[in-house]
Amino acid sequence: MRHTKVVTLEEAIVKSGLKDGMTISFHHHFRGGDKVVNLVVAKLAEMGFKNLHLAASSLSDVHAPLIDHIKNGVITKISTSGLRGELANEISHGLLKEPVVFRSHGGRGSAIASGELHIDVAFLGASSCDELGNASGCPRSENAKSICGSLGYALPDAKYADHVVILTDDLVAYPNVPKSISACDVESVVVVDSVGDSSKISSGAIRDSKNPRDILLAKQAAKVIINSGYFKEGFSIQTGTGGASLAAVKYIRESMIEKGIHASFALGGITAHMVKLHEEGLIGRLIDVQSFDKVAAESIAKDQLHQEVSAVEYASADHVGSAVHALDIVILSALEVDVNFNVNVLVGSDGIIRGAIGGHPDTAEDSALSIIVCPLLRGRIPCVVPKVTTLITPGKGVDVVVTEYGIAVNPARPEIAERLKAAGLKVVDIHELAAKARSIIGEPDALPFGDKVVGIVMDRHGKVLDEIRNIVD
Amino acid sequence: MEIKNAVAGTLESGDIMIQIAPGEGLQVDLQSSVAAQFGRQIKAVITETLQGLGIDNASVKATDKGALDCTIRARVTAAAVRATGKDVWKD
Repeated sequence: MRHTKVVTLEEAIVKSGLKDGMTISFHHHFRGGDKVVNLVVAKLAEMGFKNLHLAASSLSDVHAPLIDHIKNGVITKISTSGLRGELANEISHGLLKEPVVFRSHGGRGSAIASGELHIDVAFLGASSCDELGNASGCPRSENAKSICGSLGYALPDAKYADHVVILTDDLVAYPNVPKSISACDVESVVVVDSVGDSSKISSGAIRDSKNPRDILLAKQAAKVIINSGYFKEGFSIQTGTGGASLAAVKYIRESMIEKGIHASFALGGITAHMVKLHEEGLIGRLIDVQSFDKVAAESIAKDQLHQEVSAVEYASADHVGSAVHALDIVILSALEVDVNFNVNVLVGSDGIIRGAIGGHPDTAEDSALSIIVCPLLRGRIPCVVPKVTTLITPGKGVDVVVTEYGIAVNPARPEIAERLKAAGLKVVDIHELAAKARSIIGEPDALPFGDKVVGIVMDRHGKVLDEIRNIVD
Repeated sequence: MEIKNAVAGTLESGDIMIQIAPGEGLQVDLQSSVAAQFGRQIKAVITETLQGLGIDNASVKATDKGALDCTIRARVTAAAVRATGKDVWKD
């Protein structure tokens, strides 16, 4: 090769022109197995950088080492879709001076595309890359060490960042095609031992439930879909990561086979469940912004009808062509839903950040039918409440709430309530569900919030939706 | 009433573990995953249940994983029966 962009990580950082106070970005396609964020930030700390803004598509338990880098002043600002584990706990207690800026996946894509979130240097992990920077989340040689499938959340960064560094654990011969990220967008390529542990992609939010209550909820959700009026030939669907919403796919499949109905596409985070339906001919196309497990990642590597999309193409509110605008049905989970159908998926009922916005508000708003599936209580924690702790998805985009105590339909959608009643489903007023929860658990004391703002929630249109305050022990 | 060391309940989610030992007055040491919102209520349920069984002197360690009041009463009662040897269900 006459030209090569392969350099060491330190050389790549020097070449990028990164300065104190600038914005660096990362993707979270390896989820709980990610190794890129910790590796790069440790190197930046060693090189003496300060006051950096870390703009990740999401962060999880595995990023707890950032706590020390925040204490040392290397990272002073964070933008992300979510926070979990000890990092989230520390931030909820006021670790960072500046509030964390939370955006949905579509909101982040829009903010990057519009320049509102400007990225100086993007550090993007890839499972294969050639010397010029053609990068993919799919393995391309016998030496491949990782696989993450879609690089959808990294694509806006690759396109709009001033400087792009690809980190890979498998440098392959040019040309690495088909590619997700083009060599034309890449300045440097860094070879590392490991970009991520692929076996941990399906850790975090995703679990395959054997819990009988989740299965009951899943069956109810499937009945809602089947009787909603949107379950017809050519429909489209997306599922969130909750156990019940994933299990619902199983029951929808049975009904699709029985009635001879096919879906045109499934969208969003793609799971093994969706791949199975696709391979059985029940779903025409898979539009994949994030491969949620290894089966999905392997499918996108070999199947032409299983296509990667960027976060912008997936869920931007600013782009009429984004896929959520064509989405019929979405099944989502929730930490809390309130009597106005507002949903919280980010902050626990103890006031501590423990989740991620993900595509929740994007899909809820733009889909034709959005269904929230959640139990009435999780232990003593109520999921249907008078008012959400933190507003993430405004109730105007939420159509149906499925609990084991009944199904509540947004009063703005009376036609759906009628269809569900006609099908014999137990439709109740959402106030009744909130009252039922209270009758079991009693009246909770107010959370010990302080007066420091530790998080700002942006809506998908770029406006401030809510703020999160610190928790005082 | 004489109190021996006794325990009931588990550390599973949705349960509470109650450990009773001899003590002066009723002392409840609570650790709970929902302490901020429900700690006061949980302590009140434990105290009321013990007093209802005629126990006014005991040291109680409660490790709560989000149990509902009915579960808390059941675990406290079981621990009390084991601690006193007095079968409240039979009497």
